[in-house]
Amino acid sequence: MTEAILPLALENVSLEIGGVRLIKDIQCRFEAGPRSVVIGPNGAGKSLFLRLCHGLIAPTSGAGRWQGPAGAAQPGAAQAMVFQRPVMLRRSVAANVDYALKLKGHARAERAEIIDEALARCGLRRLRDQPARVLSFGEQQKLALARAWALRPQVLFLDEPTASLDPAATHAVEEIVQAIHDAGTRIIMTTHDLGQARRLSDEVLFLHRGRLLEHAEAGAFFENPKNDLAQAFVRGELLWWRYGRDNRRAEADPTAEDLD
Amino acid sequence: MNDFGDAFWAAFQLVVSLDADLTEIVGLSLQVSLTAVFIAALIGLPLGAAVALFRFPGRMAVVVILNAFMGLPPVVVGLVVYLLLSRAGPFGVLGLLFTPTAMIIAQVILITPIIAALTRQVIEDLWSEYEEQLRSLGAGPARALTALLWDGRFSLVTAVLAGFGRASAEVGAVMIVGGNIDHVSRVMTTAIALEVSKGDLALALGLGLILLVLSTGINGAAFLIKEMALKRHA
Repeated sequence: MTEAILPLALENVSLEIGGVRLIKDIQCRFEAGPRSVVIGPNGAGKSLFLRLCHGLIAPTSGAGRWQGPAGAAQPGAAQAMVFQRPVMLRRSVAANVDYALKLKGHARAERAEIIDEALARCGLRRLRDQPARVLSFGEQQKLALARAWALRPQVLFLDEPTASLDPAATHAVEEIVQAIHDAGTRIIMTTHDLGQARRLSDEVLFLHRGRLLEHAEAGAFFENPKNDLAQAFVRGELLWWRYGRDNRRAEADPTAEDLD
Repeated sequence: MNDFGDAFWAAFQLVVSLDADLTEIVGLSLQVSLTAVFIAALIGLPLGAAVALFRFPGRMAVVVILNAFMGLPPVVVGLVVYLLLSRAGPFGVLGLLFTPTAMIIAQVILITPIIAALTRQVIEDLWSEYEEQLRSLGAGPARALTALLWDGRFSLVTAVLAGFGRASAEVGAVMIVGGNIDHVSRVMTTAIALEVSKGDLALALGLGLILLVLSTGINGAAFLIKEMALKRHA
C-alpha cells in the first residue's frame, strides 16, 4: 500500500462565486475509515463541498489540507470522483477505463488486467467492447464506478451517483460503492435520498445554505439530530420555507441573518 | 437555351470519354486542394484546440481574428502571396510563383483559419462537458488536447470539409499565384473562368459538372461516415 493522504482537514473553507457566498466557513476533518454521507436540501452546497474537497475548485478563503504522509506531494493522484452525470469519452467501455489508467501513469502491460477486473466487479465485462456512449444511463454510471475503482483511489468522492437512476440501478450502484469501501477506499458521497444516506453512511454531514450544521456518527444523527433543521430534514419536512409557522427555526438557524 | 443543351451534351461527352485535358485539370485541382486541406488541417486542428483550451493574454483577439479570417477574400490572399513570392519579393529566390506549390500556399492561408475557428468551437464545447471529469482524472488542458480532438472527430470532419469546399471552389487566389498556365497550373475553377471568357462553354460546363459531382460526392461520403459513426458512438 502506498502512503496515505488522509486525513483531510478543511480549515474555515469559504467559497464565493459572483459575490455570493455559497460555502461558509466550513471546518471539518475526514479520517481514514468510515463512509461519510453529505446530506442536505438542494442548493445546500453539497456538490460544491465535494468539489472543494477533491480540489476541482479552490476555496475563496480557508484551505483544505491532506495531512497524511503522502498528502503534501500529489494528493490528486490518490483520489477519484464519480459525478452525478457520467461523462464518457467516445470510445469503447474498456478504452474509457484504459484512458483513466493511462493518465495516472500505469504501464500498458499492467492495464489490461486491471481493466478486466474492474469491469468484472461492476458487471460490465460483457459490454467491454461496446461504445461507452450508447450504454444506458445506469450502465454508464456503473462504468464511471469501474473507472474510478480501476484507479484504486484512497478516497472516492461520489456526487449524487444515483440521482437519476431507477431502483434496480440504484441498488447496483450502492452495492458497488459498498464493495469499493470494503476494498479499503474511503467513501465520501452526497445524496439527497435519506434512505440511501441511512444505508450507506457511517457518519453524516448535514449541510444547509452553505454551512455545515452537523457532523455526527450516523446512528446518533438519524436517531436524534442535534440541529433542529437537521431534525426537520430527517423527518422529511421541506426546508425551503424561509420562515417557519412559528419563529423557532429563524431563531435557531445560524444562517438566519443571511435571509434578511 | 439550345446553346445550353448543346454545351451540356458536349460536356457530358468530354466527361464520359475522359478527355485528356480534362483529366489533367481535374487531377491537378484535386492535388492542390487536397494537399492544401491536409496541411491546413495539420495546422488548424491543434491550433483551434489550443485556443479553445488555454487561457492566455490576447486570447480573445486570436478568437476574433480566426473568426474574421474565415471570410478572407481569396483575391487578397492571392495578391499577398503573389507579392511575397514574386521575383522582387522576400521569397522570390525560391522561384515558386506560378507553380502548384504557390497555389497550395495560398489555399493553406485561406483555409487554415476556417478549420481552426470551427475546431475551436467544437473543442470548447467538448471541454465544457468533459472538464471536471478529465481534471478529476488528472488531465489538464495540455493532456486533454489529443483526447478531445479524437472525441470531436465526427464534428471535426465537418470543419475539414468546410476547408475543402472553400479550397476546391475558390478561383481568385489560385488564378493570381498560379497564373492559369496550361499543363502547369490550370485547375478546374481557373479553367472554367478562362473557357467561359473564350466562349468554349462545353469544357467549362463539363468542368463545372465534375466540380459539382466531386464536392457533392465528398461531402455526401463524409456525411454518411459521420452518421454511421455517430450511430455507433452516440
